[in-house]
Amino acid sequence: MQFKLRGDTILTILLAAAALLIIGLVVALAAELCYIAAPSIFKFGPGFLIGKKWNVNKNEFGALPFIYGTLVTSAIAIIIGFPISLGVAIFISEKLKGHQTFGYFLGTIVDLLAAVPSVVFGLWGVFVLVPLLRVYLERPLNHYLGFIPLFAGKNTSGFNFFSAGIVLAIMIIPTMSAVSRDVLNAVPNSQREAMYSLGATDWEVTQKSVLPYARSGIFGGFVLGLGRAFGETMAVVMIIGNIPNITANLFSSGYTLSSLIANEFGESTGLYKSSIIEIALILFAVALLVNVVARLLLWRMSRGIQINV
Amino acid sequence: MTKSNLPAGISLQRKIVNKLMTILVLVAVVLAIVPLILIIGDVFVKGAPAINWAFLTAKPTAPNLKGGGIAPAIEGSIVMVGLAALISIPIGVGAGIFFSEWSTSKLSTVAGFLNDVLTGFPTMVLGLFVFIILVLTMKTYSAFAGGFALSLIMTPIIARTTSESLKLVPTSLREASMALGVPRWKTTLRIVLSTGKNGLLTGILLATARASGETAPLLFTAATSTLFIKTLFQPTASVTILIYYYALSSVPNWVNQAWGAALLLILVMLALNLLVKLTIGRNPTKARTAM
Repeated sequence: MQFKLRGDTILTILLAAAALLIIGLVVALAAELCYIAAPSIFKFGPGFLIGKKWNVNKNEFGALPFIYGTLVTSAIAIIIGFPISLGVAIFISEKLKGHQTFGYFLGTIVDLLAAVPSVVFGLWGVFVLVPLLRVYLERPLNHYLGFIPLFAGKNTSGFNFFSAGIVLAIMIIPTMSAVSRDVLNAVPNSQREAMYSLGATDWEVTQKSVLPYARSGIFGGFVLGLGRAFGETMAVVMIIGNIPNITANLFSSGYTLSSLIANEFGESTGLYKSSIIEIALILFAVALLVNVVARLLLWRMSRGIQINV
Repeated sequence: MTKSNLPAGISLQRKIVNKLMTILVLVAVVLAIVPLILIIGDVFVKGAPAINWAFLTAKPTAPNLKGGGIAPAIEGSIVMVGLAALISIPIGVGAGIFFSEWSTSKLSTVAGFLNDVLTGFPTMVLGLFVFIILVLTMKTYSAFAGGFALSLIMTPIIARTTSESLKLVPTSLREASMALGVPRWKTTLRIVLSTGKNGLLTGILLATARASGETAPLLFTAATSTLFIKTLFQPTASVTILIYYYALSSVPNWVNQAWGAALLLILVMLALNLLVKLTIGRNPTKARTAM
């Protein structure tokens, strides 16, 4: 009896230690970033977030152009990626309800997009997608819709907010569609049957009884996709052009928080380095917020009905 | 659910909307799949000519010379992913067992939640963290720091897939074992773990695939090099970082080799992911925690 208890205690302690390491990691991450970013935080204060200048020689650092770049590219990615993801999820879980094998096959194909490393997206973006977009999308948009400020730009290098946003959209589709798919699959069939019995069409069933039921889970997937777009580094740094810009013009080169880190951290020192770490701290805070919100939404959803997302 | 299911008296407008939405949903599926086909196709077409024996076994050459290979990068990637697996498998599996078998404890809930949050974290930030705690203190970029950074990405994935697969082990098995007088630790290690080992393997494979494709966390931890490594404590090349630098180099030979390296990487990823799909069969939920 004595021995059994000891075995249980030892295992519990070992496993709890592993779990504690994970909590410790998140705490240490926040603490170290704050510690190294401190000089920049004290020097610039909250003004860092709205400062427009990034001038290494004069030791002037402001994060606004990078925050702007991150927001714009993520917005493009979400506007394009979210409807597509939702469409894929609806197709697999609603239209293919009687064809499980084909639905599973299609889901696998979309999931494989998530397995493509981001640096390969970057490589493909630089040599294939950017030239294509420049000729077949950006020039026509500029030509016919140039009166809208978004498409007014004459920068036709192709390395701009727009291209980066498109690549991000491709990258976040698997995340968002996988989550939405699980959530839609978890909607009880009685919901659909009730609507059908009232004489609704397929779309009315989806729109009025399935989507509202799955609302919070779908939003969770949306937020997770957004989080991925915020944090993505390699593909964006290769495509966005890396020039700090705040402009409504989508065909202008830009810069994002994570691509700034990738490009400039290596050669930085002193206050410069500290400012870049503060940029990482912003990214950390946003990622924490986004992921906590998304997980809470998904957890709430998965408590009510049986799913694992 | 074909159109014939619809009642006869349905209005034209509703029919049209229904049809239109079906078409839009199909368009979405096409738009989601076309990029995948394009990427894989391009990588195969442009990458295949670059791959030959020297490419796999030789060191890189100077930009003005032809030939050369990416062997040091392959070696570096294998060493760092291996090191990351060594660190993250025990911790990840341990934490995963704790999340699933001790799920009533507060610690388990909090750590499980933070674990999920970590899986969605920007990997660049994780890399900077390792730079601060390892590279600054050891004063050199190293395979050790790179492997450690990759382990921060692998651990939460392994922990999550472990706990998900152990949760699927029927409670009756645990109860039967305990009823025979087997202590809890033995029940957990012998009964629960061995029943859920397929899921565990899945998690480890997925985490390995994910780590093999990571670039950002290696930029400031392992940095880069053109040499084979002698110790774990010197700057180390990796396939992903090599693709990044070569792609932006505008040296034709290097750009071709970047495509070759991308093909190599994609093949490894596809193989690992298909292996995962085959192991877990038709239970799709577990396969996706990698994102």
